Amino acid sequence: MSTHSPFGVNRLFAAGARATYRTHLATYGDLAPGSSRAELIPELERSGLIGRGGAGFPAAQKFGSVPRSGMSSLWRSSAIVIANGAEGEPRSLKDERLLRDAPHLVIDGLLAAAAVVHAGTMYLYTTAQSLPSVRRAISERDDARAIRVVEAPDTFISGEASAVVNAISNGVALPTDKTVRLTTSGLKQRPTLVQNVETLAHVALVARYGSAWFREVGSNRDPGTRLVTVSGAVPADRVLEVPGDTPVRDILRACGATDDDIAAVLVGGYHGAWLSGNDLSVGLSPAALASHGAHLGAGILYALAADQCGLRASAEIVRYLANESAQQCGPCMFGLPEMARLLERIASGDPDRRLARELASVSESVVGRGSCHHPNGTTRLVLSALDAFSPDVQAHLTGRCVRRAGR
Amino acid sequence: MAGTPNRYTLHIDWTKCDGRGLCTELIPDLLARDKWGYPIAKTGDPAARSNVAVPGSRLAAAGDAVDLCPLLALKLIAPTDAR
Repeated sequence: MSTHSPFGVNRLFAAGARATYRTHLATYGDLAPGSSRAELIPELERSGLIGRGGAGFPAAQKFGSVPRSGMSSLWRSSAIVIANGAEGEPRSLKDERLLRDAPHLVIDGLLAAAAVVHAGTMYLYTTAQSLPSVRRAISERDDARAIRVVEAPDTFISGEASAVVNAISNGVALPTDKTVRLTTSGLKQRPTLVQNVETLAHVALVARYGSAWFREVGSNRDPGTRLVTVSGAVPADRVLEVPGDTPVRDILRACGATDDDIAAVLVGGYHGAWLSGNDLSVGLSPAALASHGAHLGAGILYALAADQCGLRASAEIVRYLANESAQQCGPCMFGLPEMARLLERIASGDPDRRLARELASVSESVVGRGSCHHPNGTTRLVLSALDAFSPDVQAHLTGRCVRRAGR
Repeated sequence: MAGTPNRYTLHIDWTKCDGRGLCTELIPDLLARDKWGYPIAKTGDPAARSNVAVPGSRLAAAGDAVDLCPLLALKLIAPTDAR
C-alpha cells in the first residue's frame, strides 16, 4: 500500500482545486503501471464499487462483461472505453466539479480501464464547460494523448449510454434501439465500455490503494465515498464528497439546512423519487433507498422548502422532462406531455377527482416502452409525487394548498 | 437484453414504430393498442414491454407481423440458448 493513500472522506479532491498533474502525482503517487484484467477486475469486485452515473450497476460486473480479448492482436485492440461526463441532469454539478478539480483522476481511471479491457480507443465525452480543464489536463501528460475528447450537448438525455455512443459516432446525442449490450456491440460495432467519470476516478484509486482501503469508508452495502449535489432549500448549491450510506439528513445539515426548513427531498434527480420530511434518516445508498421506492441516480438531492408546493414543483419537473423527450418513441412523445398536463391541473387546484387516477394510469402505461429509460424515470417521479404529496392532492381538490396560505 | 432462454421474443423498436397497428391485428392476443395507437404488450413485466414473449404456437403469426410492419419496427429474437 502506498503511503500516498488519502485518509478520511476527502479522497477525490485530496489534490485541491484545479489540480495540476504535478500536484496530482504529489498527492496520489504514480498509477500502478499496467494492472491486468486478472488483477484489477477482482480487486474492483472486492471493492464493491457501484457505478456513479445513475444506473447503479456494479463496476466490476460491467468491466467483466466486455468480452475477453482473443488471440489475435486485431481483436485485442477492438474494445473501446468511453468516460462519460455528460451529466445532463440540471441539478447535478458533481461531474463538472470533478473534471474541473480532479481531471487527472478521471484520466487515470480511463487509462486503467482501457488497459484492463485491452481497449485501443479511448474517449472522454463531456459538456462545453468542462472541455478546457479536460484538454489542459490531457496536454500536461504524455500517456493521455490518445484520449479523444468529444463535446456533449447540454440536454437531459445526452448522457444515456446509447446516446453517448450515437453522439460519438454520428454527432446525434439521442438514444438508439438496443437488442444487445453495448459491451457486446457498441461504437462501430465494437465492445464498448461506457463509465461515468466519477466511477473512473474511484477506479483510479482502487487501482492504486486496493479494495481494502476503498472499503475503509462507507458501509458494507455501499462502500467508499460518493459525490452528491445538493440544491433547493439550502443556503447554496453544493457538491460534497460523503461516505456511502450517509443519512440524507446529515448531508442536508452539512449544507446548512435544518429539518424545519424542509418539506421533502427529491433524491436521484428528475428521474428520482421524493422522500418525505419524516424519512430523512434513510442512508444515501442504493439498498437503503430501494426500501423507500427511491434510487440514488447520480447523487442528486433537491430539498423542497417547507412553504413550497411539492405538486407544483413536480409539475414543473415533469414539464421539463416532457420537453426533453427525444421525440423518437411514441409512448414518450405523447405520454409525457399528457402526464405534465394532468399534474399541472392537479397542482393548479382543478377539482376533478379523476385526475390523479388518470395520471397514474397514463404514467404506468409508458413504462418499458421506449428505447431508453426516460419514460420509466418520469413515471417514477410522478408516482412518487402522488404518493409523497397525497395530502396535498386531497387539499388541492378542495381548492387549497397545504403548503401555501391562500391557495 | 432482448434474448431470453427458451423463448422467442418480439422486439419493438420504438424509434421506428409509428403506431400503424398492423401487428396488433395479426397478434391481438399478444399486443393491444394504447390510446395513441402504439402497440402495448398484454402480458409480462411492464418494465420489459419492448420485448414481448412469443409462445411457440404464435411464432408464425409474430413472423408475419415482422414481415408486414410498414416501418420495419419489429424483430423476432431467437432464444439465447439457440444462438
